[in-house]
Amino acid sequence: MSGDASFLDVQDLEVCRGGVRVLAIPSFTLHENEVLSLIGPNGAGKSTLLLALARLIPAATGTLRCQGEPIVSDRATFAYRRRLAMVFQQPLLFDATVFDNVAAGLKIRGLSRQEVRSRVMATMELFNMVNLAERSARKLSGGEAQRTSLARAFAIRPEMIFLDEPFVALDPPTRQALMDDLDRILTETGTAAVLATHDQLEALRLSDRMVVMNQGEIVQSGTPVEVMNQPVDEFVASFVGMENVLTGTVLAAAAGLVTVALAERRIEFPGTAAAGETAVFCIRPEHVTIDIFDPAGETSARNVFPATIRKIIPTGVFQKIHLDCGFFLVAYLTNQSLGNLHLDEGKRVFVSFKATAVHLIRAGK
Amino acid sequence: MELLADGIAKAVALLASLDQEVLAITLLSLKVSVTATLISLVLGISSGTLLALADFPGKRLMVSIVNTGMGLPPVVVGLFVTIFLWRNGPFGFLEILYTPTAMIIAQAVIATPIVTGITVASIQNLPANLRLQILALGATRLQMVRILIKEARLPLLAGVMAGFGGVISEVGASIMVGGNIKGYTRVLTTATVMETSRGNFDIAIALSIILLLLSFAINYVLTRIQQRERPR
Repeated sequence: MSGDASFLDVQDLEVCRGGVRVLAIPSFTLHENEVLSLIGPNGAGKSTLLLALARLIPAATGTLRCQGEPIVSDRATFAYRRRLAMVFQQPLLFDATVFDNVAAGLKIRGLSRQEVRSRVMATMELFNMVNLAERSARKLSGGEAQRTSLARAFAIRPEMIFLDEPFVALDPPTRQALMDDLDRILTETGTAAVLATHDQLEALRLSDRMVVMNQGEIVQSGTPVEVMNQPVDEFVASFVGMENVLTGTVLAAAAGLVTVALAERRIEFPGTAAAGETAVFCIRPEHVTIDIFDPAGETSARNVFPATIRKIIPTGVFQKIHLDCGFFLVAYLTNQSLGNLHLDEGKRVFVSFKATAVHLIRAGK
Repeated sequence: MELLADGIAKAVALLASLDQEVLAITLLSLKVSVTATLISLVLGISSGTLLALADFPGKRLMVSIVNTGMGLPPVVVGLFVTIFLWRNGPFGFLEILYTPTAMIIAQAVIATPIVTGITVASIQNLPANLRLQILALGATRLQMVRILIKEARLPLLAGVMAGFGGVISEVGASIMVGGNIKGYTRVLTTATVMETSRGNFDIAIALSIILLLLSFAINYVLTRIQQRERPR
Protein backbone atom coordinates (compact mmCIF):
# COMPACT_ATOMS: atom_id res chain seq x y z
CA MET A 1 0.00 0.00 0.00
CA SER A 2 1.11 3.54 -0.65
CA GLY A 3 2.77 5.85 1.81
CA ASP A 4 1.90 9.52 2.30
CA ALA A 5 5.25 10.97 1.21
CA SER A 6 5.31 12.00 -2.41
CA PHE A 7 7.93 10.29 -4.51
CA LEU A 8 7.35 12.00 -7.81
CA ASP A 9 5.83 15.44 -8.33
CA VAL A 10 4.94 16.93 -11.67
CA GLN A 11 3.69 20.46 -12.25
CA ASP A 12 2.38 22.03 -15.47
CA LEU A 13 3.70 19.31 -17.71
CA GLU A 14 3.08 19.75 -21.42
CA VAL A 15 4.29 17.59 -24.29
CA CYS A 16 3.97 18.72 -27.90
CA ARG A 17 4.31 16.68 -31.07
CA GLY A 18 4.64 18.39 -34.42
CA GLY A 19 3.68 21.67 -32.78
CA VAL A 20 0.46 20.19 -31.39
CA ARG A 21 -0.02 19.82 -27.64
CA VAL A 22 -0.66 16.14 -26.93
CA LEU A 23 -0.35 16.16 -23.14
CA ALA A 24 -1.29 18.78 -20.56
CA ILE A 25 -0.95 17.77 -16.91
CA PRO A 26 -1.29 20.64 -14.42
CA SER A 27 -0.38 18.41 -11.48
CA PHE A 28 0.53 14.78 -10.89
CA THR A 29 1.90 13.02 -7.81
CA LEU A 30 3.11 9.48 -7.22
CA HIS A 31 3.48 8.54 -3.57
CA GLU A 32 6.12 6.22 -2.13
CA ASN A 33 5.19 2.54 -2.52
CA GLU A 34 2.06 3.54 -4.41
CA VAL A 35 0.70 1.60 -7.37
CA LEU A 36 -1.16 4.03 -9.60
CA SER A 37 -3.12 3.09 -12.70
CA LEU A 38 -3.53 5.37 -15.69
CA ILE A 39 -6.65 4.32 -17.49
CA GLY A 40 -8.18 5.68 -20.65
CA PRO A 41 -8.95 4.76 -24.24
CA ASN A 42 -6.31 4.42 -26.95
CA GLY A 43 -4.83 7.84 -27.71
CA ALA A 44 -5.71 9.24 -24.28
CA GLY A 45 -2.05 10.08 -23.61
CA LYS A 46 -1.22 7.33 -21.12
CA SER A 47 1.95 6.16 -22.89
CA THR A 48 3.05 9.74 -23.54
CA LEU A 49 2.65 10.57 -19.85
CA LEU A 50 4.68 7.49 -18.87
CA LEU A 51 7.47 8.42 -21.30
CA ALA A 52 7.45 12.01 -20.03
CA LEU A 53 7.55 10.82 -16.41
CA ALA A 54 10.51 8.59 -17.27
CA ARG A 55 12.15 11.56 -19.02
CA LEU A 56 12.41 9.53 -22.20
CA ILE A 57 10.71 12.20 -24.30
CA PRO A 58 11.23 15.94 -23.95
CA ALA A 59 8.56 18.05 -22.30
CA ALA A 60 7.67 21.46 -23.75
CA THR A 61 7.09 22.85 -20.25
CA GLY A 62 6.80 21.67 -16.69
CA THR A 63 8.82 20.63 -13.70
CA LEU A 64 9.49 17.14 -12.40
CA ARG A 65 10.74 16.51 -8.88
CA CYS A 66 11.81 13.19 -7.50
CA GLN A 67 11.78 13.16 -3.68
CA GLY A 68 11.88 16.93 -3.82
CA GLU A 69 14.91 17.13 -6.14
CA PRO A 70 14.20 18.88 -9.46
CA ILE A 71 15.25 16.86 -12.51
CA VAL A 72 16.63 19.50 -14.84
CA SER A 73 20.15 18.92 -16.12
CA ASP A 74 21.26 16.05 -18.37
CA ARG A 75 23.29 14.69 -15.48
CA ALA A 76 20.27 14.74 -13.15
CA THR A 77 18.10 13.14 -15.84
CA PHE A 78 20.61 10.32 -16.32
CA ALA A 79 20.86 9.73 -12.56
CA TYR A 80 17.05 9.84 -12.33
CA ARG A 81 16.66 7.26 -15.13
CA ARG A 82 18.91 4.89 -13.21
CA ARG A 83 16.38 4.92 -10.36
CA LEU A 84 13.52 3.75 -12.55
CA ALA A 85 12.58 0.94 -14.89
CA MET A 86 10.12 0.70 -17.71
CA VAL A 87 8.24 -2.14 -19.36
CA PHE A 88 6.54 -1.61 -22.71
CA GLN A 89 3.66 -3.37 -24.48
CA GLN A 90 6.14 -5.35 -26.56
CA PRO A 91 8.74 -7.25 -24.50
CA LEU A 92 11.57 -5.60 -26.54
CA LEU A 93 14.01 -8.33 -25.58
CA PHE A 94 17.57 -8.41 -26.86
CA ASP A 95 18.72 -11.13 -29.22
CA ALA A 96 20.36 -13.14 -26.43
CA THR A 97 19.51 -15.69 -23.75
CA VAL A 98 16.93 -14.99 -21.06
CA PHE A 99 19.76 -14.74 -18.50
CA ASP A 100 21.56 -12.09 -20.56
CA ASN A 101 18.33 -10.18 -21.04
CA VAL A 102 17.61 -10.08 -17.32
CA ALA A 103 21.24 -9.10 -16.76
CA ALA A 104 21.16 -6.23 -19.30
CA GLY A 105 20.46 -3.35 -16.91
CA LEU A 106 23.03 -4.67 -14.42
CA LYS A 107 25.75 -4.99 -17.08
CA ILE A 108 24.93 -1.46 -18.26
CA ARG A 109 25.62 -0.32 -14.69
CA GLY A 110 28.99 -2.07 -14.77
CA LEU A 111 28.31 -4.50 -11.92
CA SER A 112 30.79 -7.33 -11.38
CA ARG A 113 30.10 -10.66 -13.06
CA GLN A 114 29.48 -12.29 -9.70
CA GLU A 115 27.06 -9.59 -8.59
CA VAL A 116 25.24 -9.76 -11.93
CA ARG A 117 24.85 -13.54 -11.63
CA SER A 118 23.51 -13.46 -8.08
CA ARG A 119 21.07 -10.59 -8.79
CA VAL A 120 19.82 -12.20 -12.01
CA MET A 121 19.25 -15.57 -10.34
CA ALA A 122 17.45 -13.94 -7.40
CA THR A 123 15.18 -12.02 -9.78
CA MET A 124 14.49 -15.10 -11.88
CA GLU A 125 13.51 -16.99 -8.75
CA LEU A 126 11.20 -14.13 -7.80
CA PHE A 127 9.50 -14.50 -11.18
CA ASN A 128 9.53 -18.34 -11.12
CA MET A 129 11.53 -18.54 -14.34
CA VAL A 130 14.90 -20.06 -13.41
CA ASN A 131 14.22 -22.88 -15.90
CA LEU A 132 14.25 -20.35 -18.76
CA ALA A 133 17.72 -18.94 -17.99
CA GLU A 134 19.63 -20.46 -20.91
CA ARG A 135 16.82 -20.29 -23.45
CA SER A 136 17.16 -17.92 -26.40
CA ALA A 137 14.80 -14.95 -26.20
CA ARG A 138 13.67 -15.84 -29.73
CA LYS A 139 12.22 -19.12 -28.52
CA LEU A 140 9.99 -17.70 -25.79
CA SER A 141 6.20 -17.62 -25.85
CA GLY A 142 4.51 -14.23 -25.52
CA GLY A 143 3.95 -14.73 -21.79
CA GLU A 144 7.51 -15.91 -21.16
CA ALA A 145 8.89 -12.97 -23.13
CA GLN A 146 6.87 -10.44 -21.13
CA ARG A 147 7.85 -12.20 -17.89
CA THR A 148 11.50 -11.84 -18.96
CA SER A 149 10.92 -8.17 -19.72
CA LEU A 150 9.43 -7.63 -16.23
CA ALA A 151 12.31 -9.55 -14.64
CA ARG A 152 14.81 -7.39 -16.56
CA ALA A 153 13.10 -4.30 -15.16
CA PHE A 154 13.02 -5.58 -11.56
CA ALA A 155 16.60 -6.94 -11.66
CA ILE A 156 17.96 -3.40 -11.40
CA ARG A 157 15.90 -2.94 -8.20
CA PRO A 158 14.20 0.24 -9.36
CA GLU A 159 12.66 2.65 -6.91
CA MET A 160 9.74 3.09 -9.31
CA ILE A 161 8.56 1.26 -12.37
CA PHE A 162 6.52 2.44 -15.33
CA LEU A 163 4.41 -0.24 -17.00
CA ASP A 164 2.91 0.57 -20.39
CA GLU A 165 0.10 -1.95 -20.95
CA PRO A 166 2.43 -4.92 -20.34
CA PHE A 167 -0.35 -7.51 -20.47
CA VAL A 168 -2.29 -6.25 -23.47
CA ALA A 169 -1.00 -8.85 -25.96
CA LEU A 170 -1.34 -11.87 -23.66
CA ASP A 171 -4.05 -14.52 -23.51
CA PRO A 172 -6.30 -14.36 -20.40
CA PRO A 173 -4.72 -17.22 -18.34
CA THR A 174 -1.17 -15.96 -19.02
CA ARG A 175 -2.25 -12.42 -18.26
CA GLN A 176 -3.82 -13.52 -14.98
CA ALA A 177 -0.74 -15.47 -13.88
CA LEU A 178 1.62 -12.62 -14.72
CA MET A 179 -0.65 -10.09 -13.04
CA ASP A 180 -0.72 -12.20 -9.85
CA ASP A 181 3.08 -12.37 -9.84
CA LEU A 182 3.43 -8.65 -10.51
CA ASP A 183 1.00 -7.86 -7.70
CA ARG A 184 2.99 -10.06 -5.30
CA ILE A 185 6.35 -8.63 -6.35
CA LEU A 186 5.18 -5.01 -6.15
CA THR A 187 3.95 -5.68 -2.61
CA GLU A 188 7.11 -7.57 -1.60
CA THR A 189 9.52 -5.00 -3.02
CA GLY A 190 7.48 -1.91 -2.17
CA THR A 191 8.29 -0.46 -5.58
CA ALA A 192 6.21 2.55 -6.60
CA ALA A 193 4.55 1.88 -9.95
CA VAL A 194 2.55 3.61 -12.63
CA LEU A 195 0.55 1.20 -14.79
CA ALA A 196 -0.99 2.39 -18.04
CA THR A 197 -3.91 0.25 -19.11
CA HIS A 198 -7.26 0.47 -20.82
CA ASP A 199 -8.51 -2.51 -18.81
CA GLN A 200 -10.40 -1.29 -15.74
CA LEU A 201 -10.26 -4.76 -14.13
CA GLU A 202 -6.46 -4.78 -14.41
CA ALA A 203 -6.40 -1.35 -12.77
CA LEU A 204 -8.79 -2.48 -10.01
CA ARG A 205 -6.71 -5.57 -9.37
CA LEU A 206 -3.36 -3.86 -9.02
CA SER A 207 -3.70 -0.25 -8.01
CA ASP A 208 -4.11 1.91 -4.93
CA ARG A 209 -5.18 4.88 -7.02
CA MET A 210 -6.71 5.33 -10.45
CA VAL A 211 -6.17 8.24 -12.80
CA VAL A 212 -8.50 8.50 -15.78
CA MET A 213 -7.13 10.21 -18.89
CA ASN A 214 -8.75 11.49 -22.04
CA GLN A 215 -7.32 13.53 -24.90
CA GLY A 216 -4.03 14.15 -23.13
CA GLU A 217 -5.58 15.36 -19.87
CA ILE A 218 -6.39 13.89 -16.48
CA VAL A 219 -10.15 13.89 -16.03
CA GLN A 220 -10.43 12.12 -12.66
CA SER A 221 -8.18 10.80 -9.94
CA GLY A 222 -9.15 8.79 -6.90
CA THR A 223 -9.30 5.37 -5.30
CA PRO A 224 -10.55 2.63 -7.62
CA VAL A 225 -13.84 2.48 -5.68
CA GLU A 226 -14.37 6.24 -6.02
CA VAL A 227 -13.63 6.27 -9.73
CA MET A 228 -15.74 3.21 -10.44
CA ASN A 229 -18.76 4.40 -8.45
CA GLN A 230 -18.56 8.16 -8.63
CA PRO A 231 -17.42 9.16 -12.12
CA VAL A 232 -17.09 12.89 -12.63
CA ASP A 233 -18.59 12.92 -16.10
CA GLU A 234 -20.23 10.81 -18.78
CA PHE A 235 -16.87 9.94 -20.38
CA VAL A 236 -15.47 8.45 -17.16
CA ALA A 237 -18.81 6.78 -16.45
CA SER A 238 -18.86 5.00 -19.80
CA PHE A 239 -15.17 4.12 -19.57
CA VAL A 240 -15.48 2.46 -16.17
CA GLY A 241 -18.43 0.35 -17.29
CA MET A 242 -21.19 2.55 -15.91
CA GLU A 243 -23.62 1.54 -18.61
CA ASN A 244 -26.64 3.33 -17.19
CA VAL A 245 -26.10 7.05 -17.65
CA LEU A 246 -29.51 8.73 -17.50
CA THR A 247 -30.83 12.27 -17.78
CA GLY A 248 -33.97 13.49 -15.99
CA THR A 249 -35.65 16.58 -14.57
CA VAL A 250 -35.35 17.34 -10.87
CA LEU A 251 -38.80 17.40 -9.29
CA ALA A 252 -37.74 18.01 -5.73
CA ALA A 253 -34.64 18.09 -3.58
CA ALA A 254 -34.75 18.03 0.19
CA ALA A 255 -32.64 16.69 3.05
CA GLY A 256 -29.97 15.53 0.66
CA LEU A 257 -32.40 13.46 -1.39
CA VAL A 258 -33.13 14.33 -5.01
CA THR A 259 -36.25 13.14 -6.85
CA VAL A 260 -35.96 13.06 -10.62
CA ALA A 261 -38.65 12.46 -13.22
CA LEU A 262 -37.69 10.27 -16.14
CA ALA A 263 -40.18 8.84 -18.63
CA GLU A 264 -43.03 9.17 -16.12
CA ARG A 265 -41.02 7.39 -13.43
CA ARG A 266 -39.63 8.90 -10.29
CA ILE A 267 -36.10 8.07 -9.29
CA GLU A 268 -34.70 8.99 -5.88
CA PHE A 269 -31.07 9.26 -4.94
CA PRO A 270 -28.79 11.28 -2.65
CA GLY A 271 -27.35 14.52 -3.96
CA THR A 272 -27.72 18.26 -4.21
CA ALA A 273 -29.83 19.88 -6.91
CA ALA A 274 -32.66 22.32 -7.37
CA ALA A 275 -36.14 21.65 -8.68
CA GLY A 276 -36.43 22.21 -12.41
CA GLU A 277 -32.77 21.45 -13.10
CA THR A 278 -31.64 18.76 -15.48
CA ALA A 279 -29.80 15.95 -13.68
CA VAL A 280 -27.36 13.50 -15.24
CA PHE A 281 -26.90 10.44 -13.07
CA CYS A 282 -25.65 6.89 -13.34
CA ILE A 283 -26.18 3.40 -11.92
CA ARG A 284 -23.79 0.46 -12.24
CA PRO A 285 -25.52 -2.48 -14.00
CA GLU A 286 -24.47 -4.86 -11.23
CA HIS A 287 -26.42 -2.71 -8.74
CA VAL A 288 -29.70 -3.27 -10.56
CA THR A 289 -31.80 -6.18 -9.22
CA ILE A 290 -34.39 -8.09 -11.25
CA ASP A 291 -37.41 -9.84 -9.68
CA ILE A 292 -40.31 -11.69 -11.22
CA PHE A 293 -42.76 -10.41 -8.61
CA ASP A 294 -43.14 -6.88 -7.28
CA PRO A 295 -40.65 -6.67 -4.41
CA ALA A 296 -42.26 -3.55 -2.92
CA GLY A 297 -42.48 -4.05 0.82
CA GLU A 298 -39.78 -6.69 0.79
CA THR A 299 -36.93 -4.53 -0.42
CA SER A 300 -35.16 -1.55 1.07
CA ALA A 301 -34.59 -0.22 -2.44
CA ARG A 302 -36.33 3.13 -2.98
CA ASN A 303 -36.54 2.70 -6.74
CA VAL A 304 -38.76 -0.13 -8.00
CA PHE A 305 -40.24 -0.21 -11.52
CA PRO A 306 -42.03 -2.70 -13.75
CA ALA A 307 -39.97 -3.46 -16.88
CA THR A 308 -39.84 -5.62 -19.98
CA ILE A 309 -36.75 -7.61 -20.94
CA ARG A 310 -35.77 -6.48 -24.42
CA LYS A 311 -32.55 -8.39 -24.93
CA ILE A 312 -30.29 -10.89 -23.15
CA ILE A 313 -26.64 -10.81 -24.19
CA PRO A 314 -24.24 -13.49 -22.90
CA THR A 315 -20.90 -11.97 -21.87
CA GLY A 316 -19.18 -14.94 -20.24
CA VAL A 317 -19.62 -14.93 -16.47
CA PHE A 318 -22.55 -12.48 -16.60
CA GLN A 319 -25.60 -12.07 -18.78
CA LYS A 320 -26.27 -8.52 -19.85
CA ILE A 321 -29.99 -7.74 -19.67
CA HIS A 322 -31.46 -4.84 -21.63
CA LEU A 323 -34.58 -3.58 -19.86
CA ASP A 324 -37.33 -1.21 -20.87
CA CYS A 325 -38.85 0.46 -17.83
CA GLY A 326 -40.02 3.54 -19.66
CA PHE A 327 -36.37 4.36 -19.95
CA PHE A 328 -33.54 2.08 -21.01
CA LEU A 329 -31.65 0.24 -18.27
CA VAL A 330 -28.93 -2.40 -18.27
CA ALA A 331 -28.55 -5.02 -15.54
CA TYR A 332 -26.08 -7.87 -15.06
CA LEU A 333 -27.19 -11.28 -13.89
CA THR A 334 -25.18 -14.40 -13.26
CA ASN A 335 -25.97 -17.35 -15.50
CA GLN A 336 -27.35 -19.14 -12.46
CA SER A 337 -29.75 -16.30 -11.56
CA LEU A 338 -30.95 -16.12 -15.15
CA GLY A 339 -31.78 -19.82 -15.05
CA ASN A 340 -33.45 -19.66 -11.63
CA LEU A 341 -35.68 -16.77 -12.65
CA HIS A 342 -36.55 -18.36 -16.04
CA LEU A 343 -36.00 -15.04 -17.73
CA ASP A 344 -36.50 -14.60 -21.42
CA GLU A 345 -36.78 -11.79 -23.90
CA GLY A 346 -40.19 -10.11 -23.75
CA LYS A 347 -40.85 -11.20 -20.15
CA ARG A 348 -42.35 -8.68 -17.70
CA VAL A 349 -40.25 -8.23 -14.56
CA PHE A 350 -39.56 -5.71 -11.79
CA VAL A 351 -36.29 -3.85 -11.48
CA SER A 352 -35.07 -2.23 -8.30
CA PHE A 353 -32.01 -0.33 -7.17
CA LYS A 354 -31.11 1.50 -3.99
CA ALA A 355 -30.98 5.26 -3.84
CA THR A 356 -27.33 4.97 -2.78
CA ALA A 357 -26.57 2.98 -5.95
CA VAL A 358 -27.27 6.12 -7.98
CA HIS A 359 -24.51 8.68 -8.47
CA LEU A 360 -25.41 12.20 -9.50
CA ILE A 361 -22.88 13.30 -12.10
CA ARG A 362 -24.14 16.84 -12.45
CA ALA A 363 -27.26 18.96 -12.22
CA GLY A 364 -27.94 22.31 -13.82
CA LYS A 365 -30.18 24.33 -16.07
CA MET B 1 32.94 -23.36 -77.22
CA GLU B 2 36.37 -24.74 -78.05
CA LEU B 3 37.87 -21.44 -76.97
CA LEU B 4 36.06 -21.66 -73.65
CA ALA B 5 36.98 -25.32 -73.04
CA ASP B 6 40.63 -24.63 -73.94
CA GLY B 7 40.64 -21.59 -71.71
CA ILE B 8 39.21 -23.49 -68.75
CA ALA B 9 41.72 -26.36 -69.19
CA LYS B 10 44.68 -23.97 -69.29
CA ALA B 11 43.25 -22.01 -66.37
CA VAL B 12 43.04 -25.15 -64.23
CA ALA B 13 46.65 -25.97 -65.12
CA LEU B 14 47.73 -22.43 -64.21
CA LEU B 15 45.94 -22.61 -60.88
CA ALA B 16 47.38 -26.04 -60.13
CA SER B 17 50.91 -24.77 -60.77
CA LEU B 18 50.44 -22.01 -58.15
CA ASP B 19 51.86 -19.35 -60.42
CA GLN B 20 53.70 -16.76 -58.32
CA GLU B 21 52.41 -13.78 -60.28
CA VAL B 22 48.80 -14.97 -60.02
CA LEU B 23 49.28 -15.55 -56.29
CA ALA B 24 50.65 -12.03 -55.81
CA ILE B 25 47.75 -10.52 -57.76
CA THR B 26 45.28 -12.51 -55.66
CA LEU B 27 46.84 -11.45 -52.37
CA LEU B 28 46.89 -7.78 -53.43
CA SER B 29 43.21 -8.01 -54.46
CA LEU B 30 42.35 -9.41 -51.05
CA LYS B 31 44.47 -6.86 -49.20
CA VAL B 32 42.99 -3.88 -51.06
CA SER B 33 39.36 -5.00 -50.93
CA VAL B 34 39.40 -6.25 -47.32
CA THR B 35 41.09 -3.04 -46.13
CA ALA B 36 38.63 -0.90 -48.10
CA THR B 37 35.71 -2.90 -46.68
CA LEU B 38 37.00 -2.50 -43.11
CA ILE B 39 37.35 1.26 -43.62
CA SER B 40 33.85 1.40 -45.07
CA LEU B 41 32.51 -0.52 -42.06
CA VAL B 42 33.98 1.99 -39.61
CA LEU B 43 32.73 4.98 -41.62
CA GLY B 44 29.48 3.42 -42.84
CA ILE B 45 28.25 1.94 -39.56
CA SER B 46 29.02 5.08 -37.55
CA SER B 47 27.53 7.51 -40.07
CA GLY B 48 24.60 5.19 -40.82
CA THR B 49 23.78 4.86 -37.13
CA LEU B 50 24.01 8.61 -36.65
CA LEU B 51 21.78 9.18 -39.67
CA ALA B 52 19.23 6.63 -38.44
CA LEU B 53 19.04 7.98 -34.90
CA ALA B 54 19.39 11.72 -35.33
CA ASP B 55 16.49 13.97 -36.24
CA PHE B 56 17.42 17.02 -38.27
CA PRO B 57 16.02 19.03 -41.17
CA GLY B 58 17.04 17.48 -44.48
CA LYS B 59 17.39 13.96 -43.05
CA ARG B 60 15.30 12.43 -45.84
CA LEU B 61 17.43 14.20 -48.43
CA MET B 62 20.57 12.84 -46.77
CA VAL B 63 19.19 9.29 -46.74
CA SER B 64 18.23 9.65 -50.41
CA ILE B 65 21.76 10.81 -51.24
CA VAL B 66 23.24 7.82 -49.36
CA ASN B 67 20.87 5.44 -51.14
CA THR B 68 21.89 6.94 -54.47
CA GLY B 69 25.51 6.47 -53.43
CA MET B 70 24.86 2.75 -53.00
CA GLY B 71 24.85 2.51 -56.78
CA LEU B 72 27.81 4.84 -57.37
CA PRO B 73 29.48 3.94 -60.72
CA PRO B 74 33.11 2.89 -60.03
CA VAL B 75 34.43 4.85 -63.02
CA VAL B 76 32.92 8.05 -61.61
CA VAL B 77 34.58 7.32 -58.27
CA GLY B 78 37.83 6.55 -60.13
CA LEU B 79 37.63 9.83 -62.00
CA PHE B 80 37.10 11.99 -58.91
CA VAL B 81 39.66 10.15 -56.75
CA THR B 82 42.15 10.59 -59.60
CA ILE B 83 41.40 14.32 -59.78
CA PHE B 84 41.80 14.70 -56.02
CA LEU B 85 45.07 12.74 -55.97
CA TRP B 86 46.46 14.19 -59.20
CA ARG B 87 49.77 16.00 -58.91
CA ASN B 88 48.01 19.41 -59.00
CA GLY B 89 44.91 18.20 -57.12
CA PRO B 90 43.99 19.06 -53.54
CA PHE B 91 45.72 15.95 -52.20
CA GLY B 92 48.43 15.70 -54.85
CA PHE B 93 51.09 16.38 -52.22
CA LEU B 94 50.42 12.91 -50.78
CA GLU B 95 51.83 11.36 -53.98
CA ILE B 96 49.71 8.23 -53.65
CA LEU B 97 48.11 8.09 -57.11
CA TYR B 98 48.86 4.76 -58.82
CA THR B 99 49.54 3.04 -55.51
CA PRO B 100 47.54 0.37 -53.64
CA THR B 101 46.63 3.12 -51.12
CA ALA B 102 44.83 5.06 -53.86
CA MET B 103 42.96 1.87 -54.80
CA ILE B 104 41.94 1.33 -51.17
CA ILE B 105 40.66 4.92 -51.00
CA ALA B 106 38.65 4.53 -54.21
CA GLN B 107 37.17 1.19 -53.12
CA ALA B 108 36.33 2.58 -49.66
CA VAL B 109 34.48 5.45 -51.38
CA ILE B 110 32.47 2.87 -53.34
CA ALA B 111 31.69 0.63 -50.32
CA THR B 112 30.96 3.27 -47.68
CA PRO B 113 27.56 4.41 -49.05
CA ILE B 114 26.55 0.73 -49.39
CA VAL B 115 27.37 0.02 -45.74
CA THR B 116 25.87 3.35 -44.63
CA GLY B 117 22.61 2.74 -46.50
CA ILE B 118 22.22 -0.77 -45.14
CA THR B 119 23.08 0.44 -41.61
CA VAL B 120 20.41 3.16 -41.79
CA ALA B 121 17.80 0.60 -42.90
CA SER B 122 18.92 -1.96 -40.29
CA ILE B 123 18.78 0.47 -37.36
CA GLN B 124 15.49 1.98 -38.51
CA ASN B 125 13.98 -1.52 -38.78
CA LEU B 126 14.57 -2.22 -35.09
CA PRO B 127 11.41 -1.81 -32.93
CA ALA B 128 10.61 1.87 -32.46
CA ASN B 129 10.67 1.72 -28.65
CA LEU B 130 13.90 -0.28 -28.36
CA ARG B 131 15.95 2.92 -28.06
CA LEU B 132 13.75 4.12 -25.22
CA GLN B 133 13.84 0.71 -23.56
CA ILE B 134 17.66 0.74 -23.57
CA LEU B 135 17.76 4.27 -22.13
CA ALA B 136 15.21 3.23 -19.50
CA LEU B 137 17.59 0.44 -18.49
CA GLY B 138 20.01 3.20 -17.51
CA ALA B 139 22.23 3.21 -20.58
CA THR B 140 24.33 6.18 -21.67
CA ARG B 141 23.86 7.30 -25.29
CA LEU B 142 27.05 5.51 -26.26
CA GLN B 143 25.91 2.28 -24.59
CA MET B 144 22.57 2.62 -26.38
CA VAL B 145 24.25 2.95 -29.78
CA ARG B 146 26.50 -0.05 -29.06
CA ILE B 147 23.50 -2.20 -28.09
CA LEU B 148 21.50 -1.08 -31.13
CA ILE B 149 24.36 -2.00 -33.48
CA LYS B 150 24.64 -5.38 -31.77
CA GLU B 151 20.89 -5.94 -32.21
CA ALA B 152 21.15 -5.03 -35.92
CA ARG B 153 24.16 -7.29 -36.51
CA LEU B 154 22.39 -9.71 -38.87
CA PRO B 155 21.27 -7.18 -41.47
CA LEU B 156 24.62 -5.41 -40.97
CA LEU B 157 26.34 -8.61 -42.08
CA ALA B 158 24.43 -8.27 -45.33
CA GLY B 159 25.96 -4.80 -45.54
CA VAL B 160 29.45 -6.26 -45.12
CA MET B 161 28.74 -8.79 -47.89
CA ALA B 162 27.32 -6.16 -50.22
CA GLY B 163 30.22 -3.79 -49.53
CA PHE B 164 32.89 -6.43 -50.08
CA GLY B 165 31.09 -7.81 -53.15
CA GLY B 166 30.93 -4.31 -54.59
CA VAL B 167 34.65 -3.61 -54.29
CA ILE B 168 36.24 -7.00 -55.01
CA SER B 169 34.43 -7.08 -58.35
CA GLU B 170 34.90 -3.46 -59.46
CA VAL B 171 37.43 -2.64 -62.13
CA GLY B 172 36.85 0.94 -63.27
CA ALA B 173 38.13 2.76 -60.21
CA SER B 174 41.03 0.36 -59.57
CA ILE B 175 42.37 0.68 -63.08
CA MET B 176 42.02 4.49 -63.04
CA VAL B 177 43.67 5.19 -59.69
CA GLY B 178 45.97 2.15 -59.58
CA GLY B 179 47.12 2.09 -63.14
CA ASN B 180 47.33 -1.74 -63.29
CA ILE B 181 51.09 -1.67 -62.71
CA LYS B 182 52.60 -5.15 -62.86
CA GLY B 183 53.72 -6.41 -59.47
CA TYR B 184 52.48 -3.28 -57.74
CA THR B 185 48.86 -2.31 -58.37
CA ARG B 186 47.66 -5.16 -60.56
CA VAL B 187 44.63 -6.89 -59.03
CA LEU B 188 42.38 -9.71 -60.28
CA THR B 189 39.86 -7.51 -62.05
CA THR B 190 42.37 -5.20 -63.76
CA ALA B 191 44.52 -8.18 -64.78
CA THR B 192 41.45 -9.93 -66.23
CA VAL B 193 40.61 -6.87 -68.35
CA MET B 194 44.19 -6.64 -69.57
CA GLU B 195 44.59 -10.34 -70.42
CA THR B 196 41.22 -10.36 -72.23
CA SER B 197 42.27 -7.39 -74.34
CA ARG B 198 45.47 -9.23 -75.24
CA GLY B 199 43.51 -12.37 -76.22
CA ASN B 200 44.98 -14.44 -73.38
CA PHE B 201 41.66 -15.99 -72.53
CA ASP B 202 43.15 -18.88 -70.54
CA ILE B 203 44.80 -16.50 -68.06
CA ALA B 204 41.72 -14.27 -68.00
CA ILE B 205 39.51 -17.28 -67.23
CA ALA B 206 41.91 -18.47 -64.52
CA LEU B 207 41.84 -15.04 -62.90
CA SER B 208 38.04 -14.93 -63.15
CA ILE B 209 37.75 -18.33 -61.49
CA ILE B 210 39.98 -17.15 -58.63
CA LEU B 211 37.91 -13.97 -58.31
CA LEU B 212 34.70 -15.96 -58.15
CA LEU B 213 36.12 -18.45 -55.66
CA LEU B 214 37.46 -15.67 -53.46
CA SER B 215 34.17 -13.82 -53.51
CA PHE B 216 32.29 -17.05 -52.85
CA ALA B 217 34.56 -18.08 -49.95
CA ILE B 218 34.19 -14.80 -48.09
CA ASN B 219 30.46 -14.59 -48.70
CA TYR B 220 30.08 -18.22 -47.67
CA VAL B 221 31.73 -17.57 -44.30
CA LEU B 222 29.61 -14.45 -43.71
CA THR B 223 26.43 -16.24 -44.81
CA ARG B 224 27.19 -19.11 -42.43
CA ILE B 225 27.48 -16.66 -39.55
CA GLN B 226 24.30 -14.88 -40.62
CA GLN B 227 22.26 -18.07 -41.05
CA ARG B 228 23.49 -19.54 -37.76
CA GLU B 229 22.20 -16.47 -35.92
CA ARG B 230 19.02 -16.03 -37.96
CA PRO B 231 15.78 -16.34 -35.96
CA ARG B 232 14.00 -19.63 -36.66
